[in-house]
Amino acid sequence: MTLARKGHWTTLVGLVLLGGVYVRAVVFTPVERLQGPAQKIFYLHVPAAVWTELAMVLVGVASVVFLFLKDPRLDRFAEASAEVGTVFAAIVLTTGPIWGKTVWGTWWAWDARLTSTLFLFFLYIGYLLLRGAVVDAGARARYAAVLGICGMALVPFIHLSVYLFRTLHPQPIILKPSAPSLPQSMLVTWLLSFAVFTVLYVGFVMQRYALGRAREEGDRA
Amino acid sequence: MGETLRHAWTLARKDLVLEFRTRTAILSAVVFTALVLMVFNFGRDPSAVAAIDLAPSILWVTFTFAAMLALNRAFQLELDNQALEGLLVAPISRTSIYWGKLAANLVFVAVVEAVGLPLFVLFFNVPVADVLGPLVGVIALATVGFVAVGTLFSAMLVRTRFAELMLPVLLLPFLIPPLMGAVQVTARLLAARPLSEVAGWLRLLAAYDVVFLTLATLLFPHTVEQ
Repeated sequence: MTLARKGHWTTLVGLVLLGGVYVRAVVFTPVERLQGPAQKIFYLHVPAAVWTELAMVLVGVASVVFLFLKDPRLDRFAEASAEVGTVFAAIVLTTGPIWGKTVWGTWWAWDARLTSTLFLFFLYIGYLLLRGAVVDAGARARYAAVLGICGMALVPFIHLSVYLFRTLHPQPIILKPSAPSLPQSMLVTWLLSFAVFTVLYVGFVMQRYALGRAREEGDRA
Repeated sequence: MGETLRHAWTLARKDLVLEFRTRTAILSAVVFTALVLMVFNFGRDPSAVAAIDLAPSILWVTFTFAAMLALNRAFQLELDNQALEGLLVAPISRTSIYWGKLAANLVFVAVVEAVGLPLFVLFFNVPVADVLGPLVGVIALATVGFVAVGTLFSAMLVRTRFAELMLPVLLLPFLIPPLMGAVQVTARLLAARPLSEVAGWLRLLAAYDVVFLTLATLLFPHTVEQ
């Protein structure tokens, strides 16, 4: 089986599982007391947000190793991860306002965390634009790696500024020093959803990687 | 180390001499800064928004734009007659090239800010006399971060298509965290609040400088490699 095909199947499995998670979220997970059914979007919004950031970190890690080994596979992976990260950032930026409208009463609040996802989105777009602007393949890979590493280094600063800036967002409820302050059933649903997003990430990256490789072969031929 | 610094200084001095003899870029940047400040004045309704409420944002948006304009120029100088190739084959380390460019850019941006700050005080009637020292400190802290990242990116982008357009697009997301910090600290300073209220932001600004100066020094050789 080719990589592209494996990617197709992984993505398909991910999408089916996502349907399953939503059945569990809607039917078997309690409704949040204050936010009502609107909170259900949490199971889509937060895993996508976590993967938006993780994808950037993976772009950065692949870039660091690339500058040492100069292995084109790492560059191809970074490119794929950045593009999938862009899609996940778009999911966060679409689901965020929908949730915000019901809970905060406004589509867009210049809230720090929403804003920082927007900037992460622009960071991804910049990364992809840079790749498009450099003609020479060797230089493209090096420049992209430099930007990818800087992007990874920026993520903690974005996070830090979130804590310092006034925010409407709830403080983190899953990744925090003490135990998660989420009821067991919601936490399990969230973890399942996170696992599904991981499958989706892997599936998308596999397909994009295969596409990148095919394009390079096409260029060479 | 001493040698690297000496070479960096030679390079920075070359850029600065070139700059201050032609004066085109520096004058344009200064005039641009004054114009942006003017635009801000007419871009608000003076009866609805007091200048002092907007002052920190005005100052930092102006400085950000001016810095970006200045950064485009640093490596463009080296494109004529393939001067960059000459620089790369010179027996000096890549680190000294980066530090030299960084130093020249810092001086350039500092000159623009040194003209911009009094104009800002004059135009918007901002009382800075009591907080001038800390204010200059914050400007320096944020500017070092801006210019460290900007110098690295401009080295990389100079040979790409649409370099003048690409630099702001890539750089602005990186400028947001220091910009947020600088605006917060400036706002507290102008409101005569103690700096301890913004200790977190100051630490963020300092950490940003350290992280990106180190990273840019390490990454710079990869942007000029042939």
